Amino acid sequence: MTSTSSKKNKYSVIGTSPIRHDALGRVTGKAKYGVDLRLTGMLFGKTLRSPHAHARIIKIDTSKAEAHPGVRAVITTKDMPIVKDEVADFGETMANYRLLAELCLANDKVLYKGHAVAVVAADNIHIAEEALSLIEVEYEVLPSVLTVQESMKEGAPLLHEQLTTRAVAARFTRGTDTGVQSNVASRILIEGGDVEAAFATSDVVVEREFNTKMVHQGYIEPHNETAFWAPDGHLTIWTSTQGAFGVRTQISKTLGLSESHVKVVPMEVGGGFGGKIRSYMGPTAALLSKKTGRPVKIVMNRKEVFESSGPTSGSNMRAKIGATKDGKITAAQVYLAYEAGAYPGSPVGAGASTCLSPYNLQNFSIEGLDVVVNKPQVSAYRAPGSPAAALAVETVIDEVAEKLGMDPIDFRLKNATKEGDRQVSGVVFPRIGCVEVEEAIKNSDHYNSPLEGKNKGRGTAMGWWFNGGNASTAMVTVNSDGTVGLVTGSVDLAGTRTALSMQVAEVLGITPEEIYPSVGDTDSIGWTGPSGGSRTTFSTGIAAIQATNIIIDEMKKRAALLWETQPEDISFVNSTFISSKNSNDKFSFKELAGKLMGTGGPLSASSTSNPTQVGSAFGGHICDVEVDTDTGKVTVLRYTALQDVGQAAHKAYCESQVQGGAVQGIGWALNEEYYYTNDGTMANSTFLDYRMPTALDLPMIDTILVEVPSPGHPFGIRGVGEVPIVPPLAAVANAIADAIGVRLTELPMNPASILAALKNKK
Amino acid sequence: MPTVWIPSLAQRSTGAPEKVYIPQGSLRQIIRNLEELHPGLWNEIMDQDEDRIKPELAVAIDGETNHFGLIQQIEETSEIHFIPAISGGS
Amino acid sequence: MTDKIHVKTNLNGDNVDFLCEARQSLLEVLRDGLDMTGTKEGCNDGNCGACTVFLDGRIVDSCLVLAVEVEGKSVSTIEGVADVDKLHPVQQAFLENAALQCGICTPGFIMAAKALLEKEPDADEGRIRLWLAGNLCRCTGYDKIIRAVQSAGKDMQNI
Repeated sequence: MTSTSSKKNKYSVIGTSPIRHDALGRVTGKAKYGVDLRLTGMLFGKTLRSPHAHARIIKIDTSKAEAHPGVRAVITTKDMPIVKDEVADFGETMANYRLLAELCLANDKVLYKGHAVAVVAADNIHIAEEALSLIEVEYEVLPSVLTVQESMKEGAPLLHEQLTTRAVAARFTRGTDTGVQSNVASRILIEGGDVEAAFATSDVVVEREFNTKMVHQGYIEPHNETAFWAPDGHLTIWTSTQGAFGVRTQISKTLGLSESHVKVVPMEVGGGFGGKIRSYMGPTAALLSKKTGRPVKIVMNRKEVFESSGPTSGSNMRAKIGATKDGKITAAQVYLAYEAGAYPGSPVGAGASTCLSPYNLQNFSIEGLDVVVNKPQVSAYRAPGSPAAALAVETVIDEVAEKLGMDPIDFRLKNATKEGDRQVSGVVFPRIGCVEVEEAIKNSDHYNSPLEGKNKGRGTAMGWWFNGGNASTAMVTVNSDGTVGLVTGSVDLAGTRTALSMQVAEVLGITPEEIYPSVGDTDSIGWTGPSGGSRTTFSTGIAAIQATNIIIDEMKKRAALLWETQPEDISFVNSTFISSKNSNDKFSFKELAGKLMGTGGPLSASSTSNPTQVGSAFGGHICDVEVDTDTGKVTVLRYTALQDVGQAAHKAYCESQVQGGAVQGIGWALNEEYYYTNDGTMANSTFLDYRMPTALDLPMIDTILVEVPSPGHPFGIRGVGEVPIVPPLAAVANAIADAIGVRLTELPMNPASILAALKNKK
Repeated sequence: MPTVWIPSLAQRSTGAPEKVYIPQGSLRQIIRNLEELHPGLWNEIMDQDEDRIKPELAVAIDGETNHFGLIQQIEETSEIHFIPAISGGS
Repeated sequence: MTDKIHVKTNLNGDNVDFLCEARQSLLEVLRDGLDMTGTKEGCNDGNCGACTVFLDGRIVDSCLVLAVEVEGKSVSTIEGVADVDKLHPVQQAFLENAALQCGICTPGFIMAAKALLEKEPDADEGRIRLWLAGNLCRCTGYDKIIRAVQSAGKDMQNI
């Protein structure tokens, strides 16, 4: 059961739930994902990966592999061009291209088990696998560090001899150099007011320390790249990616090619969640194709996806919150140390910037550390950095409310952020829905339903994430029968083709079925940022609306020609062009479309958006659990996810995003973790032991879409994709605390840890 | 006068206060003026090798992201914030 | 060059034959040998269900079946579910209930749901969840999938 708390829908198309344009291909198995691509003469690539968490590469001998029948080429770091140590904007993630190149193929050191060392191209996948076992690598094994605490200890082995702590939160990049050599890549500090003085005036102060583990985005489709380096030097890459243009830039910079010589064709994607923004095998597939003159396809297997693509950071965190007995928060202090993986670049800055957003505070101090460890390089995972930090803050908030004897939502409402309040960064909040979401929680059926019985508990938590801005291009074409073509550069992960068509349909007064949307490649559409960061329906929607408005203006000129009047005399209302000079002069959009060829020629318009008024959104979740105190198993009995979506574009897909994010968070809270042995091996790199939720683990996920329109979008749309993963870790933790009277501060809260917590309680 | 909010670590290393008021002008002029008032701020904000703000910093002007970089003209009543640039997933 | 084995089988109602190596799984042969890429590989070790197909009327993970094992048997894949002009009720229900996001798990779920509803079109939520526990979905949280299967079950009871 889902519901929207808005009253009547004010739009004809926006807010409805049409069938997705591309769904038919997906339910019949016809849709082509990157893994499905077959090209004539295609070779299959396979990557040899480091068995050590930290080692120097002394020697690589590929001769036996190269001689193996059916092997066409082998490459190692000597085949990789040396990339300038350049920092540039890589979609929404900044990247140092030299480090990204090393991620694709290790240079002189391997920094995690699974780090790529050599790549083979062969006639089939089995021969390629055989060839890997024929490559001889001599390593000098070095001691490794696997947690932030180990990595920050005095005398810890250094991953990068040249790394010194930078004093500004940064990823792969420079900050102000403190000159201190360590595994701490950077430090961020955000402060306001005087926390010490404020804590001193508090009636209640709660401080807790937390540890969370590395977790993976868990997409079912593995990473895949197919490359063809044509004899004229033109490189084409087909891949499942969230952003073709970012991949084009990464590959052209890594291989020293001009961007116009690299074409990236985005295929359908089987799940991304931020993990498919960077390319892991594009450069190596390209080099193999260059060497062999044939297309080369490389697909990660499941073990490689876990061990060699980018999960998100594990962490060590502290949160301290004080309040006076009337329920006002006096101060908040947060410490976040996040695992970056092998190279600098954890999302600690985002965690720091978002965790206190639901609260209007004058006194706060947030310290964040980006720490390298011998684990795979982290990648974006849905609101990166925010869920863990929210776990720390929202559980301490819950505990403060408990000590004050206040309802946790009332406590939050008393301190809630409103329009005009400042974020910790100092930026003023525009119109936002923190209070509205919290009130919706209080008024919800779930919150008002009694929960009876032993070992049952209810928990709530809030979360905040901003929407991405960034540029997108859309092209709208009018067909002579009044149907419309829409091409954007936005990869369609989960229905955005339709959400974008709906915005065009709303402006034109037609139905979404009369629009055919498609996704262009880097040669056929203008630059578009990645589909991620909760930006597609928002930013690409703006581009599509802009292009549509250009079309309408052009059609007014055509109507003016036909009616022998001026374009200023024409208005467009309810899908109809009307002349103010003569009420009989009317054309429907469809009718005028049929006259375009005769009034100057066909019409299409392209527009690029680069929104500045980027919104943000709050979410709040309610979770009921039952804990089996004999086995430690936690059953989620009921779950409601509330979120301010601004204005739901495609209602069912808005709900879907909220449900999907909530469930990823539930898995993160209860079961998921990278389980490491002492030698730096991820011991559970299969779907059997990396335990993601199944249908049997969950109830229905109810959603309540709150609508506080965002001033930055013509229809008030806010990005929805990421917020829903922010509250669940804390919501589940708070529910467990309510059920068994013990606060767990380590994730995952699996049966073993529940039983241990119960034992220690006595 | 436009208000520039100084990031916490830059406050500590240069002694600058939380907020600094700088005469209206382009963003580049404003950052130069900041450096005159509180030496060290230029290095905190600007990229050492290229003529641009550090790529890890995003500039928000009155809460909106800035796409024009250093040539952006700042209004009399504007607020400028330097915040860590952030990535997103989906 | 490895010796290949000649296999004859019935695939989606048609008698077909193919050559394969002994070490190739049915999944690999479907996708790479026969160009039927609707059946997906998520893990290759029987833990995600993305490769679900029917083998002699029972659902199996095709990554755990050697291609040579289908000699003389019948195999049904997602490509054979719809009629030329009409979707199967399960497929239609997935469309109408927005029960897919990225869609990579969808063929596996449709095969599994079809197997359940053909025998138990009135399966309740608990039964559906248990039956589908072998199919992983990372995008949807399963809510809309369960609703789609319930809706398809109702349709199939009315047929």
